[in-house]
Amino acid sequence: MKQGLFEIKKNVQIAKGVMEMHLKGDTSAIVNAGQFINIKLDGLFLRRPISVCDLNGDTVTIIYKVVGKGTEQMSKMTAGTLDVLTGLGNGYDLSLSGDNPVLIGGGVGVPPMYLLAKRLIENGVKPTVILGFNTKDEIFYEEDFKALGLNVYVTTVDGSYGIKGFVTDALKDIDYTYFYTCGPEPMLKAVYNASKTEGQMSFEERMGCGFGACMGCSCKTLTGNKRICKEGPVMKKGEIIW
Amino acid sequence: MVDTKVNLLGITLDNPIIPASGTFGFGYEFAELYDINCLGTFSFKGTTKEARFGNPTPRIAECSSGLINSVGLQNPGVDKVIAEELPKLAKVFNKKVMANVSGFSIEEYVEVCSKLNKCNQIGWFEVNVSCPNVHGGGLSFGTSPEAVAEVTKAVKKVVTKPVILKLSPNVTDIVSIAKAAEDAGADGVSLINTLMGMRINLRTKKPVIANKMGGFSGDAIFPVAVRMVYQVANAVKIPVIGMGGVSSAEDVIEMMLAGATAVGVGAANLVNPYASRDIVNDLPRVMEKYNINSLSEIIGGCK
Repeated sequence: MKQGLFEIKKNVQIAKGVMEMHLKGDTSAIVNAGQFINIKLDGLFLRRPISVCDLNGDTVTIIYKVVGKGTEQMSKMTAGTLDVLTGLGNGYDLSLSGDNPVLIGGGVGVPPMYLLAKRLIENGVKPTVILGFNTKDEIFYEEDFKALGLNVYVTTVDGSYGIKGFVTDALKDIDYTYFYTCGPEPMLKAVYNASKTEGQMSFEERMGCGFGACMGCSCKTLTGNKRICKEGPVMKKGEIIW
Repeated sequence: MVDTKVNLLGITLDNPIIPASGTFGFGYEFAELYDINCLGTFSFKGTTKEARFGNPTPRIAECSSGLINSVGLQNPGVDKVIAEELPKLAKVFNKKVMANVSGFSIEEYVEVCSKLNKCNQIGWFEVNVSCPNVHGGGLSFGTSPEAVAEVTKAVKKVVTKPVILKLSPNVTDIVSIAKAAEDAGADGVSLINTLMGMRINLRTKKPVIANKMGGFSGDAIFPVAVRMVYQVANAVKIPVIGMGGVSSAEDVIEMMLAGATAVGVGAANLVNPYASRDIVNDLPRVMEKYNINSLSEIIGGCK
């Protein structure tokens, strides 16, 4: 973990209610795909934890949905610096992927899949990608994944684009050696039940500190109590208790 | 050169800064970030007889200038604290640590304190009386002078290290509770623990916290803490550790003027992991600004 000041280089809307922000600073503490950063905002007490979408040298990309006071405030920023804690959480373990893993992202669970896809490709592994959204207006990053040369399936709940239904409707028709996923908890549970292989899933919980001190975000697993922010957010399928 | 040293019940602290229990784990997480030997000491995570997961999640809610938590004393239990956490801490901290102890019965306080009393690393006990007494209809020990006196006497009987009672602010008259602790033999008191609070989600119309209510801490409670420290310090002869919303060196000096011998830093550590270190480093500058040569001389300086 590192604390540092990051300069806002870009902050634009990329889909309905979804923003992409580029932050420039010391990114050396960010090691794994699936880790998150924790952002201090003026006037708000707790930091805002947001997962890392991409990393290019000293610039980190985050994608966030405008849902509350904090993200609302962030969405209006055009320049300036932010106090950010980086390198938080465990991230995904690439070593278990096999040669044909599937990456499943739902809504704002899509962003961590992007850096994960890039890292897997660097390792010579070409994953299949499933992106799930509610509706066409909320879709983002389909083209970015395709530009990596990957096979991408998009599902929408209302059928306004791609496959009508949930990510599991795309998952049932493909072959894969392992899965990596991030998204809302009902989706994670559906993937857990529908998946034919082992895999890793990233969880969310309300956090106090985000670095393991307050024990606010603990959960029970088959391998003992874990802090979502420290021993998580990524858990292996085999250790999850629903 | 300004003098930041204070004496807390026979042990000299290099400075009065004590990261508060529940915001600093068992120290080693923070030792990855900075040398925690710069602190006066710290109070470790509230320890009970058995391991506890604590309350269901979500157990954190944000507030203006603070947060509510209902962690519910998650800890590995006293035996594991002694066997695993304290040896890990010994590698990164060479000062005496404060042992924060919780219990749901008099017997539990006695058993946990007896076991910890044998540990050389521990300099003081901080006895948290804010948890419910399972034999007392679930009412918190800390809300009754009689129950606080009973815990104090029971613990004092079985330990040799100084015993500090950590008082709850959720009472009508904190002075009577502090006096009860003093009369029962407490060596010191620390205050304030968190204030009971609640938030409601407007969308779901349900409490934000699974346990509905929790303890409110952070900058917002500082004036309440200063007031209670002032009242208690003027009523008892034993030392007072002041805490509640402390987030700057100025706050530390204000707490000491109110009557605190040492000062706890809590929620600030959760927002800025370097908060306690930054306060330690900033103290000499602020002391010079207010013409303070020695911190121990300003204790209770506000009349």
